[in-house]
Amino acid sequence: MSQHPTTYVPKSALGRWFESRLPIAGLVHSSFVAFPVPRNLTYFWTFGAILSFMLVAQIVTGVFLAMYYTPNANLAFQSVEHIMRDVNYGWLIRYLHANGASMFFIAVYLHIFRNFYYGSYKAPREVLYILGVIIFILMMATAFMGYVLPWGQMSFWGATVITNLFSAIPLVGETIVHYLWGGYSVGNPTLNRFFSLHYLLPFMIAGVVALHVWALHVPGQNNPTGIPIKSGKDAVPFTPYATIKDIFAVVVFLIFFAYWVFYMPNYLGHADNYIPANPAVTPAHIVPEWYFLPFYAILRAIPDKLGGVLAMGAAIVIWVFMPWLDTSKVRSTAYRPLYKQFFWVFVGVCLVLGWLGSRPAEGWYVIASQICTVYYFAHFLIVLPVLGFVERPLPLPNSILESVMGVQKGGAGMPAGANAEPQSKG
Amino acid sequence: MAETTTHVAEPTRRDFLYIATGAAAAIGGATLVWPFVQSLAPDAATVAAGAPVEVDLAPIAEGQIVKVFWRGSLIFIRHRTADEIKAAEDVNVASLRDPQADTARVKEGKPQWLVVYGNCTHLGCVPLGQQGEYKGWFCPCHGSVFDTSGRVRGGPAPTNLPIPPYAFTSDTKVIIGQEATA
Repeated sequence: MSQHPTTYVPKSALGRWFESRLPIAGLVHSSFVAFPVPRNLTYFWTFGAILSFMLVAQIVTGVFLAMYYTPNANLAFQSVEHIMRDVNYGWLIRYLHANGASMFFIAVYLHIFRNFYYGSYKAPREVLYILGVIIFILMMATAFMGYVLPWGQMSFWGATVITNLFSAIPLVGETIVHYLWGGYSVGNPTLNRFFSLHYLLPFMIAGVVALHVWALHVPGQNNPTGIPIKSGKDAVPFTPYATIKDIFAVVVFLIFFAYWVFYMPNYLGHADNYIPANPAVTPAHIVPEWYFLPFYAILRAIPDKLGGVLAMGAAIVIWVFMPWLDTSKVRSTAYRPLYKQFFWVFVGVCLVLGWLGSRPAEGWYVIASQICTVYYFAHFLIVLPVLGFVERPLPLPNSILESVMGVQKGGAGMPAGANAEPQSKG
Repeated sequence: MAETTTHVAEPTRRDFLYIATGAAAAIGGATLVWPFVQSLAPDAATVAAGAPVEVDLAPIAEGQIVKVFWRGSLIFIRHRTADEIKAAEDVNVASLRDPQADTARVKEGKPQWLVVYGNCTHLGCVPLGQQGEYKGWFCPCHGSVFDTSGRVRGGPAPTNLPIPPYAFTSDTKVIIGQEATA
């Protein structure tokens, strides 16, 4: 926004009158119409739009659910069943909201791993990236509290296990947990405050998303080559190119979303959550929602309460330091033959951790979790810093245009090398 | 007048006002946080609901574990068999993660009655009775193992199942939530 002053000229007299008082049309025009986007973006760059859509969808469905939901320990379970059976289309709105959370996380994980693959977190996009990590943490908190609200068995025991993580803090842990609960166990005060926060946090996410988009519009988008836009020929205007592509991607994503909602709406949940909360009995096999499983596996891999909690927290917080842990000057993994292999191993380790998180904590599952946890941290603390020094990257194209159209004789706007970044080690 | 602030190195009365105002605002703001944080604590009704509960032990058969609630927390009352008591007492206390003799976990003269909190000290799940290697409790969530004295013997739990305050009012009645007043 600040980098590309608007050239927007309102056509009508009313438009000019309004624009001189609140230049919002010009802001939208420069940010989402005239804004230059790299011409080589793939569909991996549509997840920002998909995620924005999902945030709005979750807020809209959530607002309607809140009209019928009752945040009281004695009434919550019944009120959810009331929504499912009595409220017109209540089943649809609830399934959209519940599965919407999973879709939100599918999209955010693809968005995050796209960022990891193409080095989008590197300078000058560190702040943009860290805002993204903050959004992810807020999403996790929101999803967790939302899962507690139906007050089924998984809700209750999920809330118990997660809030008990704080009891690992030395000295004050117990007091903190009592303050989180508003009592001496998870109970009605806990449900009340979780509902309050579950309604609040999405709007905080929306606020950080606004900062995230703002920070994106300063350097502009990264792209599959990782090299910046150097001339007008490298870019196309946001509208219609990115707009239409984003809308198409959202539609395809909605088909995927609808499949879950209409054909297997409970597949991603747990049957135990259709049993009302019972503080005297823990379900035999307690697991969090799928999107928390890799972190849950890390928690259980450490045979020490405080250590497990710290490792789980560190598994996310370590992302913040990625721009500085990765010493390679080359952004895109497409030009990093060695890192490409490590990247896919890392993806595999995260998936295996997710699977291990869904298994009981016994036998070789624990050992496998421990090996994967060590590798997870080694990826950030050893692979990323060391590879930047030992890896010899492939030659980068001179421009985005060249990467798309091939080298054109005399066609390039600038002499080769004049615009080279210091990313080449050769 | 404006020049006086640039030429005089000494703090002026205006500097004092700035600092005093800023300090008052900072202290005031910090103080205002207190009631909001305190409002999150267990409220008076919740605390009041923590009145002691009396439990009749007569119907609890030997070998049985009964679950009761006090202050919203689950409590196990276990009527231990002679074998279970012996197993709990015949342990090298020094070898335990949270060393505590069995005699310190029951009331004198009542070794058959074990009263402990019913939530695992790891992350709060309810352990299953008479299961696990020591036939005490086994937590299905993360695999903690407790013996017939409720002491942690394996898994991630850091401490033994804690003992709530309780006292025997007669041979067959126990009151949970209050220690003996004598």
